[in-house]
Amino acid sequence: MVDKLWFLIPEMWLFVGVVVISVMGLCKARGLRNAVPLVVIGFLAVAFIITPLLYTDDRLAKVADGLLIPMLGRYVKMVVCAVGIVLTMLSIGLIDRPLEQAVASGRARFDPIRVSRGEYFVFFLLSLIGVMLVCNANDLIWLFLALELTSLPTYVMVAISRPSRKAQEAAVKYFFLGAMSASIFLYGLALLYGSTGTIVLTEMRDAFAEQAATGGLNRLALVGMVLALLGVSYKIVAVPMHFYAADVYEGAASAVTAFLAFVPKTAGMLAIILLLMTVGWSGHLGPGVEGLPQPILITLWMMAVLTMTLGNVGAMLQRSAKRLLAYSSIAHSGYMLIGVIAGPTLGINAVLLYLLAYGVMNTAAFAVLGALERKGEEIESLDDLAGLRHRHPALAIVMAITALSLVGFPPLLGFLGKLYLFMAGVEAGHVALVVIALINSAISAWYYLLLLGLPMLAMPTPTSETIVSRPVIWPRVAALATAIGVVGLPLVAGRLLSASEAVIQTDEVSPMVDQFDVSMADQPTEDQRAP
Amino acid sequence: MWVWPALLLGVPLFGAIVVAVAPSRQAKWIALGVSAATFVYSVMLALVFRHWGDGGFGFEGSIPWPGLEKLGITLSLGADSVSMLLVLLTTLLMPLCVAGSFTAINERLKEYYGWLLAIEAAMVGVFIARDLIFFYICFEFTLVPMYFLIAIWGSEGRARACTKFFLYTFTGSLIALAGLLYIAWQYQIGYGQWSFDIAALTVFAATELTASQQAWVLLALLAGFAVKVPLFPLHTWLPLAHTEAPTAASVVLAAILLKLGTYGLYRFVLPMLPEAVVAYAPAIAVVSIIGILYAALICWVQDDIKRLIAYSSVSHLGFCVLGLFALNPLGVQGSVLYMLNHGLSTGALFFLVGMIYERYHTRDMTKLGGLSKRMPVWAFFMVFFVLSSVGLPGLNGFVGEFLCLVGAFTASADNAIYPGVLGPWYAAVAGVGMIFAAMYLLIMVGKVVFGPLTEPARAATAHAIRLPADLTIREIGVLAPLAVLCLYIGLQPKPLTDAMEGSIEGVLGAYPAMVERHLAASHESASDPAVDLGVVVQQPREREERIDG
Repeated sequence: MVDKLWFLIPEMWLFVGVVVISVMGLCKARGLRNAVPLVVIGFLAVAFIITPLLYTDDRLAKVADGLLIPMLGRYVKMVVCAVGIVLTMLSIGLIDRPLEQAVASGRARFDPIRVSRGEYFVFFLLSLIGVMLVCNANDLIWLFLALELTSLPTYVMVAISRPSRKAQEAAVKYFFLGAMSASIFLYGLALLYGSTGTIVLTEMRDAFAEQAATGGLNRLALVGMVLALLGVSYKIVAVPMHFYAADVYEGAASAVTAFLAFVPKTAGMLAIILLLMTVGWSGHLGPGVEGLPQPILITLWMMAVLTMTLGNVGAMLQRSAKRLLAYSSIAHSGYMLIGVIAGPTLGINAVLLYLLAYGVMNTAAFAVLGALERKGEEIESLDDLAGLRHRHPALAIVMAITALSLVGFPPLLGFLGKLYLFMAGVEAGHVALVVIALINSAISAWYYLLLLGLPMLAMPTPTSETIVSRPVIWPRVAALATAIGVVGLPLVAGRLLSASEAVIQTDEVSPMVDQFDVSMADQPTEDQRAP
Repeated sequence: MWVWPALLLGVPLFGAIVVAVAPSRQAKWIALGVSAATFVYSVMLALVFRHWGDGGFGFEGSIPWPGLEKLGITLSLGADSVSMLLVLLTTLLMPLCVAGSFTAINERLKEYYGWLLAIEAAMVGVFIARDLIFFYICFEFTLVPMYFLIAIWGSEGRARACTKFFLYTFTGSLIALAGLLYIAWQYQIGYGQWSFDIAALTVFAATELTASQQAWVLLALLAGFAVKVPLFPLHTWLPLAHTEAPTAASVVLAAILLKLGTYGLYRFVLPMLPEAVVAYAPAIAVVSIIGILYAALICWVQDDIKRLIAYSSVSHLGFCVLGLFALNPLGVQGSVLYMLNHGLSTGALFFLVGMIYERYHTRDMTKLGGLSKRMPVWAFFMVFFVLSSVGLPGLNGFVGEFLCLVGAFTASADNAIYPGVLGPWYAAVAGVGMIFAAMYLLIMVGKVVFGPLTEPARAATAHAIRLPADLTIREIGVLAPLAVLCLYIGLQPKPLTDAMEGSIEGVLGAYPAMVERHLAASHESASDPAVDLGVVVQQPREREERIDG
């Protein structure tokens, strides 16, 4: 148990950060308040650096039985910290802007009751901590709490991100639907517990292996697993829990939307992977039959197909850039589900790589939107992007590159991610699924071309002429950094691949299959089944 | 050494970056210098190339990119004689395209010449890729520069044209990617590891895939390559894109980008999927013949010269595909030669139309006439390239077209060395297309070049006024190399056909036996009462011939 604590050091360190900035945000000195985001970046950077140092081989060996995927944390925590740094940059200058301006010009006195910048970044960090904790989960309670720790702060972040009613409405909608999905998820977990008699994931895996060896998985377990998947589909914005996305993404500020599209989605994907690890991708249908148990496979398959199709078709109908990206976020979850269905090792590696790729691309797109404003208001409509090249050439180029990467255009980051996902899908034998995904990619080209063409080719309209960039430089820095990532990360593709491949090794998956084979040999199940 | 072939891509790519950062007044000169240097370099490579005629691959090597080997991606490069010829065509045309745009393009120069160089790099990359993923990257990447070239510098309907172009070709090549991935997956099942090496996959797919697998992959690959060629009925993006694109982009599109499709057929479809190709060659040939005739009839009623030439590309590329699926050396030689010829003569025709457009800002045949009186030099080149395109013996067009038709004609079951699944009827019907081509092109020449002089007022833009009535030295310099090559290939096609012979024999290696087996099988099933109707319907003609013989 103590060994496991070593892996929690990044989370603990960030928690220290939470305490520090919650105090700093209330300080009377303006410099300290303004330094809050920079301190957040500092904490995240340190967490990024110490994470690989903590995951040493001997410590991993000690916890090998206590975690389903011991190495998961190393990759995920680093990715979350790295993307988190960019997301922080995006949020700089967003919160309390009118208030701080009033204080700076002497029109208002500083009042700790009215500021919320500290709170915003506290919730920001707490949500990141939640994702990191998901990696360390080895029981259902921990998994549930970590997932909720990821989601709960985001409800508040949506509400305080913009001083408008729209944000409040979005937050309320997000909260209630989130609560509903959490209850469905929890109900599924309860059934899983009922069917296996344990909440510890590693023990659950053994219980399932035993059930499979003695005539198939418990019905209760299958129902529980399907319910849990449906519940968690809220976090990854997949059908059937996708419908909130457009409204919530539109209501929140761009910085928060970028956050929503990456952080809860990562947590949800990891939760799905961990839960499915207990049933395993091999052997539970009978000896020699690969793949997930049938009901779970069908559920995920339907989810994947519907998610990417509805996402892409929905995006085609949008006139708001943020709603368009919301639907694109739905579609990308659908692509990622292919990797989940394909399973270890290629599929899971592909999902992990895609999470990074999507995090970078998505943040880049929202960074461009977040870096622009009209009279202090965010821009939303696609038409606002028309002719962006004339006023803000760099941002227009970032948007164009991002759009190409999102559509999966070689040789950008999105292409690498998609290729890897599709290879995994094909390798697992889901050719039909991959073909559907390819058709969807083709559909998505239609609306991503708008994101490419409007900024680069269209002439500015009278409304889009009034758009200026935000007074702080950081969102633009974030846009540039992510664009460099989109172009540059494929150059180090080898490093990325080996990093995601290190997460899950074949020998970590196969022991279960061995167990299954052994138990098959031990028990004369054929005789029992014979009439 | 991977550096030598990689430089072919690297130089234009680097040039594109230089153009992008250099001052825009120098852009055209830098672009001209870089593309000319690339041409000289490719000629030097061609001179030291050792595999002219023997079908081997030269300049092989992989760009080292650590970590990707795990996925089987190696980024290998290499060229055989056919690739080399197409590379030479590309590098020859690019400096001409740059020089041809000097007066036509007056805004956003840095971007324009940057994209031209970028597309050169991508096209060369397609021709020298020996790794599927690298091929696909380059194949797709040609879309972006072309999208921008059409969208920014095109004429009125450019927005629709570039979107349609992008969506058609992107969708097609995604489906092609699915087919290629499928082959790679089967290879992975067979050998336990992923590989995207084209040579390995070619051998694997040709020998290990079953007939039905091959048929599906053929369908997927056709979706990608037939859009690019374009084959009827997937050609509808082409007239739009060609008509709306600026002159140089039309030239690049017609002369080289379309060849990516036929090159894909030559490099992937023919050697990888022999069984499916033999089974479906008649169907594909019928589609391409429909394309030949249908597009030719459309050409007949065009008033817009550029659109006419665009549709003539659809018609001409039909011959190219027909030659490929004749499955004998004559037909395939003709087809590859046709790729080069079409690049030269149609490229030149687009230049000629562009020159008219620069002067008069119209491409409407009804408003132009008798221009030989005003611009004799232009008229000379126009007639010359039209004759080359029509297929006048002595010029290049004739050789390719004739070989394609002879190939199709002799591709019957009774051909001793290379039995085929087409036959005289295919060639006869396709040959009507040549007559149509003569009609529509000569009618166009008759209206525009000869007859009473009708000319609209000179365009009032500043640069159009600076242009003299007839061609400038620069414009002659753009056309003359193409004309010389057309004449040379027309008179001396032998060096070229000899050069490509080895590569073609390699591609066709499996075919004689495969066709024999296919014919025997269909013959058997014909005598069998439980006939497979699909096969019988496809092959009635061959059977009749056999009975006659």
